[in-house]
Amino acid sequence: MADPDLTRLPSILAELAPQGRSALLPALHAAQRLYGWLSEPVAAAVGCALGVPLADVCGVIDFYAMFYRRPVGKTVVRVCRAPVCAIAGADAVADALCRHLKVAPDEVSSDGDFTVEHAPCLGLCDQAPALLVGETALGHAAPEQAAEICARSRERTVGFVGGDIRSLTANCGDGHPTSLDEYRNRGGYAGLKKALTMTPQAVLAEVKASGLAGRGGAAFPTGIKWEGAAKAQGQPKYVVCNADESEPGTFKDRILMEEDPHRTLEGMIIAAYAVGASRGFIYVRGEFPHAFKVMGEAVEEARLAGALGKNIFAAGLDFDIELRLGAGAYICGEETALLESIEGKRGLPRIKPPFPTTHGLFGKPTVINNVETFCNVPLILERGAAEYRKIGTEKSPGPKLFCVSGQVRRPGLYEVPLGVTLRHLLFDLAGGLNPGRKLQAALMGGAAGAFVVEKDLDVILSFEQLNGAGLPLGSGAVMVFDDTADMREVLKRTAHFFADESCGKCYPCQLGTVRQYEILDRVASGHARAGDRERLTDVGGTMIDASLCGLGQTAAAAVLSGMKLWPELFEAGGKGRRAKGKEQSANSKEQG
Amino acid sequence: MADVKLTIDGDSVAVPAGTTILKAAEQLGRSVPTICYHDHCTANGLCRICVVEVNGIKPLVPACLTPVHEGMKVTTASARAERARRTILEMLASAVDLSQAPEIQKLIGDYRADRARFPDAERRAQPILDDNPMYHRDYSKCILCWRCVQVCADDAQFTYAINFTGRGFETAIGTFFDKPMPETTCVFCGQCVGVCPTGALKPKRESLLEQELSPDEIMQVIEGGKKSRGKPR
Repeated sequence: MADPDLTRLPSILAELAPQGRSALLPALHAAQRLYGWLSEPVAAAVGCALGVPLADVCGVIDFYAMFYRRPVGKTVVRVCRAPVCAIAGADAVADALCRHLKVAPDEVSSDGDFTVEHAPCLGLCDQAPALLVGETALGHAAPEQAAEICARSRERTVGFVGGDIRSLTANCGDGHPTSLDEYRNRGGYAGLKKALTMTPQAVLAEVKASGLAGRGGAAFPTGIKWEGAAKAQGQPKYVVCNADESEPGTFKDRILMEEDPHRTLEGMIIAAYAVGASRGFIYVRGEFPHAFKVMGEAVEEARLAGALGKNIFAAGLDFDIELRLGAGAYICGEETALLESIEGKRGLPRIKPPFPTTHGLFGKPTVINNVETFCNVPLILERGAAEYRKIGTEKSPGPKLFCVSGQVRRPGLYEVPLGVTLRHLLFDLAGGLNPGRKLQAALMGGAAGAFVVEKDLDVILSFEQLNGAGLPLGSGAVMVFDDTADMREVLKRTAHFFADESCGKCYPCQLGTVRQYEILDRVASGHARAGDRERLTDVGGTMIDASLCGLGQTAAAAVLSGMKLWPELFEAGGKGRRAKGKEQSANSKEQG
Repeated sequence: MADVKLTIDGDSVAVPAGTTILKAAEQLGRSVPTICYHDHCTANGLCRICVVEVNGIKPLVPACLTPVHEGMKVTTASARAERARRTILEMLASAVDLSQAPEIQKLIGDYRADRARFPDAERRAQPILDDNPMYHRDYSKCILCWRCVQVCADDAQFTYAINFTGRGFETAIGTFFDKPMPETTCVFCGQCVGVCPTGALKPKRESLLEQELSPDEIMQVIEGGKKSRGKPR
């Protein structure tokens, strides 16, 4: 292959060079936009310009699925293969695309225009089966649309937003970003203005009093996190927004960013004021190019309006935000892995403690919160903690977003006060199951969650009630499967996701996610071996007990929960459940 | 520094603040198994073989990294820790060639781990890389303990010739775009070979001796810079 023309690269790199290694991901993105992929001379030029050892550059390129060391088509078509999209027929769409383009997955079409890839989860579960065509999200894809999809004639699709209350999602639902003017006309930035009339300590006290718990999955009290960073020694301090939403079944943060970007910015600016931070980062997952663009435009708007930059709203606060685009790594949603990624490294989780509040980005005190968490903050300041607490339950105050996907009539994003029942969410709001179908199970809390069945439908959606029932609220994902779904296929897909996305740092997860997938693969095809249940129990237990980070510690959660509910699925030689069309005649083949 | 008092498996011990559980256990003459840990490398808690149970903490904690605290109650061989160790060893044996890793083989015996626990498991098999006169790289034997990468970088040599490639199970040690060692920044200090616990990195002479070449033949191979005439694996 001819050497690429490197003449256009230096000017781009010169701009990024002062940031050193921390600009590695932006530089690789820029180079890949220019050349389509990252060849050896291009990667070497990037490493030399930023002062990063070349072996490290290679290590970073390899870590992120959306960076390529081989040529790819001008447009990469990514087909989601997470459980919900798989059940909705994503594989047939991928096959049709490949047939239309006369390529195998990962190959480049003969005209060089297309590559079709499987993607772990695109965060479009409400529109399954979903694709990302270049930078355009397409939902409800069908095999017969292959030609249309490749002609690029389909427009971006948007999902449904509903719920009992519309506070976090007040400006969401029409598919368009809310401009700064619109946001302000509807009362936006009032929370920040009020905060700036208070002392930082008083703002912190208000957030603590609100009882807000983190909405990214771990439910850590936000006020306590902020207090830790405020008290920590070291300057500068950072506020980081975790917009790397990648848990299969979860798409709330994408919609908040795409349709109401200023709410997140306002929350971050209030956090900066409360903890004394001067710099902020928003790390948006690579599979959300539209959200990245909208957030970037909102940051520009906010700067021009004096809401970001020096002397914000003439109140003496200096704070600015930089955006970072991920490149395909679920693990970067783990907060310390995300910080590593901003620093230009492979997204490997750090050992905790120390925690980011004291040793965060570049080793400095850092507040890192999820998009939805930041979106709650303007409400708290604007209404006051006491008023805010009127939403939700005593121990779980506030509104909560739920991402309902799978086999329900109206998949979508639903905002409810914490404290409603799961039945209300799935039946009153999401319209219940399709005609004639019965609920088989719902996976709560995302791929790292647990299954619920019919008898659990009256569980109350609050942190304390779910905790008592041994169920995770997680990131608010609920994936619904009716009686036509093959649960072994669902579990296999879930396991595949974790095997694909393990970072490889600690042994339990690096090895365990693959061994777990291999077993579930044979279970799904009706070839379970004797002892597979015990293998899954030991592998799962070891990942839970001994993994380094939250990914490994939860990578077996759905599988173990499924094993409790449907032990017969895992029996060697046992009849599988609803394996439509492919009865396991070969079951007796392997008796390990 | 003030001493911290704790108990390990019921026995009391006082150690300086900042001591890890691993070192505190050593003071009591108790050995906690380790694989990736090396006294002269930064500990990263990768292998999780050294996990122990600490009262009040739900997940197991790595003894190599976790500092002791006052009143800590450590159990080094709880059922959960033993299950994790055995399973990690079984998974390691299912993926990696451990034939020249005597320490890990001993642990497999100690923990009664079943090397054949995972039938039909994908292995990380790779061809031997023989691209320089000093050492072979046989990454089928690599357990990803990170020691070589660390001594090549900030733990010792500051050479940065090698780093990781791939991700997850597919993670491997590699050079920039898989270049042969002589074309990298490698200075052939040999420190990576010195810290490798599994024979993945091996001095070429040792490797050739194992292939039953005579000293003369070895000299010829090394000085001539020719490819090894060793028997195929």
